[in-house]
Amino acid sequence: MAVLVVAEHDNAVLQEATLNAVTAALEIDSNVSVLVAGKGCAAVRDEAAKISGVSRVLVCEQDKYEHQLAEPLAGLIVSLADDYSHIIAAATSQGKNVLPRVAALLDVAPISDITDVVSADTFVRPIYAGNAIATVQSEDAIKVITIRPTTFEAAPADGGSAQTDVLTAPDDSSDYSRFVGEELTQSDRPELTSARIVVSGGRGMGSSENFQIVEALADKLNAAVGASRAAVDAGYVPNDYQVGQTGKVVAPDLYVAVGISGAIQHLAGMKDSKVIVAINKDEEAPIFQVADYGIVADLFDVVPKLTESL
Amino acid sequence: MKILVPIKRVVDYNVKVRVKSDQSGVETANVKMSMNPFDEIAVEEAIRLQEAGTAEEIIVVSIGVSQCQETIRTALAMGADRGILVETDQQVQPLAVAKILKHLVEKESPQLVIAGKQAIDDDNNQTGQMLAALLGWSQGTFASRLQLADGRLKLTREVDGGLETVSLSMPSVVTTDLRLNEPRFVKLPNIMKAKKKPLEVIPMDSLGLDTASRVKILKVEDPPHRAAGIKVASVEELIDKLKNEAKVI
Ligand SMILES: Cc1cc2nc3c(=O)[nH]c(=O)nc-3n(C[C@H](O)[C@H](O)[C@H](O)COP(=O)(O)OP(=O)(O)OC[C@H]3O[C@@H](n4cnc5c(N)ncnc54)[C@H](O)[C@@H]3O)c2cc1C
Ligand SMILES: Nc1ncnc2c1ncn2[C@@H]1O[C@H](COP(=O)(O)O)[C@@H](O)[C@H]1O
Repeated sequence: MAVLVVAEHDNAVLQEATLNAVTAALEIDSNVSVLVAGKGCAAVRDEAAKISGVSRVLVCEQDKYEHQLAEPLAGLIVSLADDYSHIIAAATSQGKNVLPRVAALLDVAPISDITDVVSADTFVRPIYAGNAIATVQSEDAIKVITIRPTTFEAAPADGGSAQTDVLTAPDDSSDYSRFVGEELTQSDRPELTSARIVVSGGRGMGSSENFQIVEALADKLNAAVGASRAAVDAGYVPNDYQVGQTGKVVAPDLYVAVGISGAIQHLAGMKDSKVIVAINKDEEAPIFQVADYGIVADLFDVVPKLTESL
Repeated sequence: MKILVPIKRVVDYNVKVRVKSDQSGVETANVKMSMNPFDEIAVEEAIRLQEAGTAEEIIVVSIGVSQCQETIRTALAMGADRGILVETDQQVQPLAVAKILKHLVEKESPQLVIAGKQAIDDDNNQTGQMLAALLGWSQGTFASRLQLADGRLKLTREVDGGLETVSLSMPSVVTTDLRLNEPRFVKLPNIMKAKKKPLEVIPMDSLGLDTASRVKILKVEDPPHRAAGIKVASVEELIDKLKNEAKVI
């Protein structure tokens, strides 16, 4: 058995979620390779080679891999599949985009967003927005899996000294997707899915100006900022702030929910947080059913006070 | 251009499901079922393309039990032109769904498939990507904006860092994200009209495809229960608890 982990990166830095994927891979087998496909990504290659527990780093540099487009990347991964029993990526927007395509090309059923490895063919994954937990067994020869980063510790970024192999890209002159541009949210705050503290705002914030109340609290706590779907839909914050079943999953030490009712779709993305604080003026709000500490009050009163007192 | 929209019948998003005591799955008897919300967004987008004169015909497809006909009728009442039910009582996993859809795409020759990004029951987020692979088509997942121009599809995607725009070759498979549009409400007269629209029922077994499950469900359990905590009366008390009891700040 050998496991291939598909690294996630922007050609400059390795995404932390890759470290979580390596841990999941090591729970399956000690022979773990990491694929770094990109363009001008030598720094990422070096980072990957240092990850503790990784045996091999495969590097493939081509223009067509620069933006991690699903079609060429899936073609590359499929060309390597014969050597592996498992192909793993983090369940990020990239992993979710690429791995099912790989699986279909290999005629295997992918397994999404696993939270635990029971054995080499048996995995645990939440379904129905986390209201049920399924244990599933793959009957395919190659297992294609995305892992939920918050449930696997990050592998140590240092200590490894993997062998590096340069790959020749498979012939592929297809022109399915072209990268046109991106609008990435710029922020000096910690990254949402790996932050130790997250402060999220909901519809109760009322406007994007008011959202600054949440941001000020986050800055005081050195926290990331998240949001409910309602806050994103209303345009208070960008889409990548959304926490939940169909947004990002977070599990920080402290999650502060401000003006969020606690719909099951939101809870799905944050109920594994260690400590949950809810601030809501409606004492019946379902968020209080999962909160360790709740304050029933007007957020416009409480949150500025909290920020000031910290 | 024809557009094909796969729609799944799922437990309504407002229902808090219960796990069956024999751990075989979740209780779906006597539970409200609806069209998967992402598929409503897909149907809406197809209708908007038709209203803009870009699409001639919208075909909706559902794979599942006989009651999926209700879901198809809902899509027809929204404005889709005809429906196909691939009927089966079996659980059909995304790989098999993708194979069935591929078969129908080859038969119906749409230029565009718009699927949901994720069915909210199994939370797989796989089918669209797999269909694109099987067809050898481009894929545009998690779409929040879609424009057809010069024979290609310009698509804005919701990604972890923000938004990404790509240009896709046609034909293509697109999957919808929440911000693509707001689906319309169905008007009563349209429900009546939808009853007269064509709905073809094809037994899944008659297709002769490999639809066997590759992933065995060993058990389905309740998630660990998270107990409710306490209400605190003041900001001072909260800070004290976070510092001295929970020790997280
Ligand atoms: C397919 C699908 C996918 C979804 N995915 C997600 C997802 O990933 N993430 C997600 O979050 N949601 C998701 N949702 C939406 C979800 O169902 C809820 O609609 C959403 O979470 C509600 O957001 P909210 O709590 O901010 O708004 P509301 O439910 O409107 O709650 C606002 C809360 O703010 C409180 N409030 C108002 N003013 C104040 C004040 N001044 N002081 C204190 N409290 C105040 C109110 O008491 C209320 O409890 C999804 C829905 C669907 C159908
Ligand atoms: N049984 C089904 N019938 C019709 N469409 C389906 C079915 N299963 C999945 N789909 C489509 O595939 C999308 C993604 O589903 P999934 O990959 O299961 O999360 C859904 O939003 C539907 O558009």
